[in-house]
Amino acid sequence: MPTRRRDAVLRRGFRHIRRAVAEQPRMFALALLASTLYGGMTVASAWVIGEITSRVLLPAFDEGATTGAALTLAAVAILGVAVLKIVGILGRRLFAGVMSYRLQAEYRRRVTGQYLRLPLSWHQRHPTGQLLSNANSDVEAAWFFVAPLPFACGALVMIAITAVALVLTDPLLAVVGLVVFPLVFLANIVYSQVMSPRMQRAQQLRAEVSEIAHESFDAALVVKTLGREDTETERFGERADQLRDGLIAVGRVRGLFDPMMEALPSLGTLAVLLIGAGRVADGAVDAGELVAIAYLFTLLALPIRAIGWVLADLPRALAGFDRVTPVLEATGETPYGPDAATVTAAGAGVALRGAGFTFAGGTRPTLTDVTFDVPAGRTVAVVGPTGSGKSTLAGLLVRLVDPADGTVLLDGIDLRRLREGEVSTQAAFVAQSAFLFDDTVRDNITLGGPYDDEQVEAALRVAAADEFVAALPEGLDTRVGERGASLSGGQRQRLALARAVVRRPRLLVLDDATSAVDPSVEARILDALRAGERPATVVVVAYRQATIALADEVVWLAEGRAVARGTHAELLEEVPGYAELVRAYSQAEVAA
Amino acid sequence: MTAATLPADRRAEGAMTTLRRGLRMMPEFRRGLPATFALALVATAGRVVVPIAVQQVIDRGLDGPDGPDLELVTWLVAACALVVLLTAVAVYRMNVRLFRTTETALANLRVRAFRHVHDLSVLHQQGERRGSLVSRVTSDVDQLSVFMQWGGVLGLVSMGQLVVATVVMAVYSWQLTLLVLVSFVPLVFAVRWFARRLAQVYGVVRERVGDVLAAVAESVVGAPTVRAYGVRARTAARLDAAIDRHYRSQVDAQKVTAAVFVSGEFVAAVANAAVVVVGVLLGLAGDISAGTLVAFLFLVTLFVAPVQTASEVLNEAQNAIAGFRRVLDVIDTEPDVRDPAVATPDRVRELPAGPLGIRFEHVTFRYAHGARPSLDDVDLTIAPRTRVAVVGETGSGKTTFAKLVTRLMDPVGGRVLLGSDDGGLVPLAEVGFASLRARVVMVPQDGFLFDATVAENVRYGRPGMTDDEVVAAFGDLGLGAWLAGLPEGVATAVGQRGESLSAGERQLVAIARAYVADPDLLVLDEATSAVDPATEQRLTRALDTLTEGRTTLTIAHRLSTAERADEVLVVDAGRVVQRGTHAELVDAEGPYARLHASWRRSSAGEPEPVG
Ligand SMILES: Nc1ncnc2c1ncn2[C@@H]1O[C@H](COP(=O)(O)OP(=O)(O)OP(=O)(O)O)[C@@H](O)[C@H]1O
Ligand SMILES: Nc1ncnc2c1ncn2[C@@H]1O[C@H](COP(=O)(O)OP(=O)(O)OP(=O)(O)O)[C@@H](O)[C@H]1O
Ligand SMILES: [Mg+2]
Ligand SMILES: [Mg+2]
Repeated sequence: MPTRRRDAVLRRGFRHIRRAVAEQPRMFALALLASTLYGGMTVASAWVIGEITSRVLLPAFDEGATTGAALTLAAVAILGVAVLKIVGILGRRLFAGVMSYRLQAEYRRRVTGQYLRLPLSWHQRHPTGQLLSNANSDVEAAWFFVAPLPFACGALVMIAITAVALVLTDPLLAVVGLVVFPLVFLANIVYSQVMSPRMQRAQQLRAEVSEIAHESFDAALVVKTLGREDTETERFGERADQLRDGLIAVGRVRGLFDPMMEALPSLGTLAVLLIGAGRVADGAVDAGELVAIAYLFTLLALPIRAIGWVLADLPRALAGFDRVTPVLEATGETPYGPDAATVTAAGAGVALRGAGFTFAGGTRPTLTDVTFDVPAGRTVAVVGPTGSGKSTLAGLLVRLVDPADGTVLLDGIDLRRLREGEVSTQAAFVAQSAFLFDDTVRDNITLGGPYDDEQVEAALRVAAADEFVAALPEGLDTRVGERGASLSGGQRQRLALARAVVRRPRLLVLDDATSAVDPSVEARILDALRAGERPATVVVVAYRQATIALADEVVWLAEGRAVARGTHAELLEEVPGYAELVRAYSQAEVAA
Repeated sequence: MTAATLPADRRAEGAMTTLRRGLRMMPEFRRGLPATFALALVATAGRVVVPIAVQQVIDRGLDGPDGPDLELVTWLVAACALVVLLTAVAVYRMNVRLFRTTETALANLRVRAFRHVHDLSVLHQQGERRGSLVSRVTSDVDQLSVFMQWGGVLGLVSMGQLVVATVVMAVYSWQLTLLVLVSFVPLVFAVRWFARRLAQVYGVVRERVGDVLAAVAESVVGAPTVRAYGVRARTAARLDAAIDRHYRSQVDAQKVTAAVFVSGEFVAAVANAAVVVVGVLLGLAGDISAGTLVAFLFLVTLFVAPVQTASEVLNEAQNAIAGFRRVLDVIDTEPDVRDPAVATPDRVRELPAGPLGIRFEHVTFRYAHGARPSLDDVDLTIAPRTRVAVVGETGSGKTTFAKLVTRLMDPVGGRVLLGSDDGGLVPLAEVGFASLRARVVMVPQDGFLFDATVAENVRYGRPGMTDDEVVAAFGDLGLGAWLAGLPEGVATAVGQRGESLSAGERQLVAIARAYVADPDLLVLDEATSAVDPATEQRLTRALDTLTEGRTTLTIAHRLSTAERADEVLVVDAGRVVQRGTHAELVDAEGPYARLHASWRRSSAGEPEPVG
């Protein structure tokens, strides 16, 4: 956000770090502990070598003899410190890794949870490719910096120790050496400022590349059949090139920042040596102390770089997080009420009362003031020309969307008052284009519901899907591929029908779901549901006269209005548009 | 499942093989490399020189026999500072070069992989989930850049550092140098084992990323179904499971990584201890001096640091290579339906001019080895200019037939030929795609629209059309009124996958798109299944006139198509069991009479007898 103040990036960065720590305090604490152990042992290993030099090595050379015990002690000390250091490394790596991965997993769960929660209107505004990259690369970017974070925090401890040692040895040298840190900090502020916009752009382009790839692969068949591979490649290539340029721009800044972070501690060491030599000459410090300080300083190079890694990654983390936040904060979740549906032996009665609906961004209503009743156990056909709003209406009945005006009632209860899950247990909906999950035939029908194989097979029989399922290589256990890719169009439709049938719903809504199914199969499905002691209520969107004839009543929908209703025969008489539509085929024959 | 999938994973393949395979594919990357390496060498030199110089300042300037030598210290410090700055500049230049070359190379790799996905046959494309394919051109490539920009050079720098440190150590004491090298031998073996293990675990991680993407894509694309069936909890559970498996694979990889790093640390400690002990013993024997030993201990740390870095690099490398492999596997997959213009440029042919006829010579097709054939020994000829209707039960093989005519797939037996009256027949397998796709167009069962305007979607069939021409095309098809009724006419945005239009409207646009492509052979696979009968009748009548004199192949459950067609093919269980005109077939014994009777009854409004 360009309007924020200059230091905002870094401040937000620190807030982001705090967020990470607050989300995973235990892992962070453990990793920090391990990092501290590691830091301590790194210093200790230098100290041990120093001690061994002065206590074992030099005396041995001076005296020309040494004891086995002394040498063993030296070796054990080195190895002992190393083992502790190793424990530190292991802990740091594992805990920090787990922390980072947990954050990623947690945010992926939250993001995808939102995808499932948010209404369809939200989905229509967000391309799948973008949602994919939100859940994947943006979340990853947001928490990538966490892996070196505990190390960097542990490094702060090392820096503190060094600072104390420096101050104790010689305050002047301390000031000289510690000038490095404000410099590191300053460099970082500049870096974040320059980097942030570039990072945001890169992350945005990354998402766009993923969007194009997803859409294009989705369209693969169209691309192929029209021979448009070249233009698609061009379209993708253009964006990939922009991403490339964006990443190079990022690289320029990062490429400068990293050697700076590397050079600063070295320069600090040199400054300490230069000034220190003077101090030694003055007799303010002795040479041994200076050597120790210089050595400490060289040790600091790594932790400073670790801090650099974290800080360098913050702009990217923020860019990723900023892209995830709108998803997490998006509202418009479908509100549910407290009521349970009244379950009677019969089908459910549904009614629309003055229902109106306008798609987000739409200029005119798709449905206007639609009112009609479907009494329990009855079948109503909804007929209307292409684009008249039939699918939208069907979606209202099963609460895929809520009407903007008016209400939809199930057994007299406003759908919005029903508890979550209540509508879907009462009603089954078969959409115009069948959607299958990348799963087995069985799971596609049960969707995890408590239906045994007998029920599944019965449903398949009703939907006339039993024969082809039996012929599949693994029968009910055959995986159907993504969106049912390994089945024919009609086969997919039949599985979707079986999915509805197996539930024995009290309300069945069929949205032109039988276009590739024999009329006799359709009749069988409706019969199976309407027979027995619990005749389902059926709302069927259809064009076929035979299907319409099965209905007790027909609603004629034109331009989003329920213009007429009555029996098939009545509408044929009274509504010219209706007659033209349903008789199109018979007339065609007459004309031919 | 489909038989065609991308090649079995090559996790077993050696890392070097993958690298070589990959680098061969990225000439841009190699081109800039020598200069970058030169800079890397300077950087290495700098990185080695600085600690040594610091050591020298201490040894000579401060610890000199007569106390600190200020002048010498000043000079040395100045010289060192210069080297540090030069190193920084070299590293900066190197980074910039590296970013440029690698990003360029990777962008091209991305595009190549993307292109190749489109070149794969429909079966290959379906064999892989879309989310997973997307990850191959996005995150797998990203993974690679991390390594190429940091790991690769760091690895080289470390190698250089190792060599320098070894040489310097050898100058001090060859015995101790040998000792250090020997202590590191076990590490070499350990690393080889670790490398394999890392390749494995990272391979799993990359796959899991693809799984997560596929699961996310499914839950997003299937959102209406998830809602209608109230299976949010179940879908969430599946997503969580995919996310969790990915998480666990990451943790597994992290464990191996930590083990790699730690083993280097341990070996370093062993080497240090050994140097102390052996050094003292050597010193006592008079072979080295105390100063040498102390200096040597310092040098050992110089030797150890790059070993640590190298193990880090190894780790990054395996991670990157796991992604690399997935990208390369796409590129290396031979498309099983290849454009002869690419495969056999010397034998490529064009379709003869004029209306096209179709010839199937004993064509058999099955989707998987050993599966029941979806088309079984189909042998037939369709004359040019014929209007053919293909009818049959669900799953009988109609779409399969259409896909073979348009060469979206190749038959497993027999061959398909296209040709014109005077041009003769040409085997489809020899026709260049440019010619094929320009002349033969299919409207698939689920027509896909791009997230753009109606006009842009139609233009996809014929680039360069003006909006007015698009409007005119809809007019030709009898859809002018419909188009005018859209909120913004031809400029109406259709939403992703065309979802802001109704299902029937999407099909109208898809047909218009195919119509403007002006093909000589038009294949319509259930292209009007969701359009209302009145509009469909209007549309098909218009289309009949417009495609007069061309060949059309129409698949439809609505048999009105068959009634109007010149010829009807009846497909049953993969065989063409009847053919003839509607009039001939409707009274003949066979499946068509039955299908048609049922259709007549249904469209005439008689309820079906239930049976
Ligand atoms: N997501 C959307 N955003 C904007 N407009 C939409 C959206 N979905 C549908 N529409 C518009 O709303 C109208 C009704 O669409 P709907 O899908 O309900 O029609 P339908 O009667 O089911 O048509 P069909 O017979 O083709 O299935 C159409 O004009 C369509 O363009
Ligand atoms: N990708 C695939 N992998 C495996 N089997 C497939 C695949 N596509 C189709 N099949 C099978 O091949 C057979 C023929 O399918 P095809 O799509 O040609 O049928 P169709 O006649 O077009 O049916 P519909 O009228 O339902 O569209 C079916 O049994 C189907 O299950
Ligand atoms: Mg619809
Ligand atoms: Mg089909």
